Amino acid sequence: MQFMCLIYNAEDNGPQPGTEEFGPYMQGYMDFTEEVREAGKLLGGEALQPVSTATTVSVRGGKTEVVDGPFAETKEQLGGFYILDCKDLDEALAYAAKIPDAAYGRVEVRPVMIFD
Amino acid sequence: MLPPVHAQSLVARLIREDWGRILSSLLASTGDFALAEDSLQDAVVSALEVWSRDGAPRNPDAWLITVARRKALDRIRHSQVADRKSNELALWLEQHHSDPEDREMSIPDHRLELIYTCCHPALEEKSRVALTLRALGGLSTEEIANAFLDKPAAMAARLTRAKHKLGAAGVAFKLPDPQDIAERTDTVLSVVYLIFTEGCHATNGEMMRENLVQEAIRLGRILASLLPDHAEAKGLLALMLLSDSRRLTRRGDSGEFVPLEAQNRARWDKVRISEGVALTEAALSHAPAGRYGLQAAISAVHAQAKSFDETDWPQIVALYDVLYGRFPNPILRINQALALSYADCPEAGLRLLASVEDEGKLASYQPFHACRADLLARLGRHLEAAESYRAAIALSRAPEEAGFLETRLSALRLN
Repeated sequence: MQFMCLIYNAEDNGPQPGTEEFGPYMQGYMDFTEEVREAGKLLGGEALQPVSTATTVSVRGGKTEVVDGPFAETKEQLGGFYILDCKDLDEALAYAAKIPDAAYGRVEVRPVMIFD
Repeated sequence: MLPPVHAQSLVARLIREDWGRILSSLLASTGDFALAEDSLQDAVVSALEVWSRDGAPRNPDAWLITVARRKALDRIRHSQVADRKSNELALWLEQHHSDPEDREMSIPDHRLELIYTCCHPALEEKSRVALTLRALGGLSTEEIANAFLDKPAAMAARLTRAKHKLGAAGVAFKLPDPQDIAERTDTVLSVVYLIFTEGCHATNGEMMRENLVQEAIRLGRILASLLPDHAEAKGLLALMLLSDSRRLTRRGDSGEFVPLEAQNRARWDKVRISEGVALTEAALSHAPAGRYGLQAAISAVHAQAKSFDETDWPQIVALYDVLYGRFPNPILRINQALALSYADCPEAGLRLLASVEDEGKLASYQPFHACRADLLARLGRHLEAAESYRAAIALSRAPEEAGFLETRLSALRLN
């Protein structure tokens, strides 16, 4: 089964660039990516640009509205994601717990719907 | 063939006693919760029809499981989605097809997998409880809804959501991985205890909720037998048995609350007490003692006392100390304060209560005020006691609780 791990955190939360903790934190991401790649679990994943770069589009009554900012104005925002191929939810949860931001923000795990 | 009588009561008994075992066996082969449950329900409908007409088979549970497998196969064949997974499943079911009459069939016990699946932390707590009662106890949606004072439609929707999540979110029907097993077992035990405490809130006339107590004990027995090396599984069963041994004496003839000191000990259930005490000893032989084992030990001291006055209060105070040390919770201090008031003196109890009062969390907790009122009344400080009784009465949720406190309040000499 495919699971998407959505990484949510507030941008000012967790290790910040220029601090001593930032290096090990980034190393954590590289190690995690390497681990899931080697285990044959990694289907994809990206980090996202800061939420200040987000633009939200909606079409209402045929009119396109473009708004500056993310879909939901909450403190914790989507910062990146992985798509993993796991045998069941428990395995996906075990991997999600290893994503470095799980220690600062939250990781939402959702099964990917497969249309066939 | 047995004579064609009692088909209905035989089916009712099978649902009661063997539903979990049959369902878990079906789940182990299909891996699909909804399919397994629907097929078993189909099989039960067939059983009622066939058994009333032809008589009951020699192995009713084997009959049910075989017919349920056929029903599952029918359901897969008739379903619109014939994907790879269901094709594999259909093939499997076909190969394992057997005639219910032709041989003794032993059903492997997969109830442990079933209970861990129903109590998966990915489900809401209430859904865990509902699903456990449904899957292991065979309770109907209406029965579960009644027990939790919910509308049947809301409970049905909750169960459907939970089953859908199990299937769609990839929750596997299996035992947890070794690194998760301790935590998941705690969840399972707490679900059973939640069912028990929910049932204990039953008042007279709420038969369905009282059945929850019996259901929790039954689940506790299943767990203790499936997890023979788990001390807390024994501790939980012991705690429930010991608490239930006093059930009949907690209420008077008109449903009023009867406190421990006034209960008729001759009517305590001796069988439950001796079983509970033995289980408590087994639970405490593993170190460190767990929370259920320690609570059971406190309950066992009460159960073994010949009279209220002969209760080993110092022992109870000491057990509360161990319990508080391991699982700090201000609510424990209330019960400990009461025990201390008998082991030592009411002032000592009040001092302990005052030490938790500082935490401020208990101001809206009824038992805190009821305990304080009792201690003050025993010290002859009747005006202060009345104040605490009134606070407790205002916070009471059940009328019989308030009634009991009113009686105590009116017994005070307030001039």
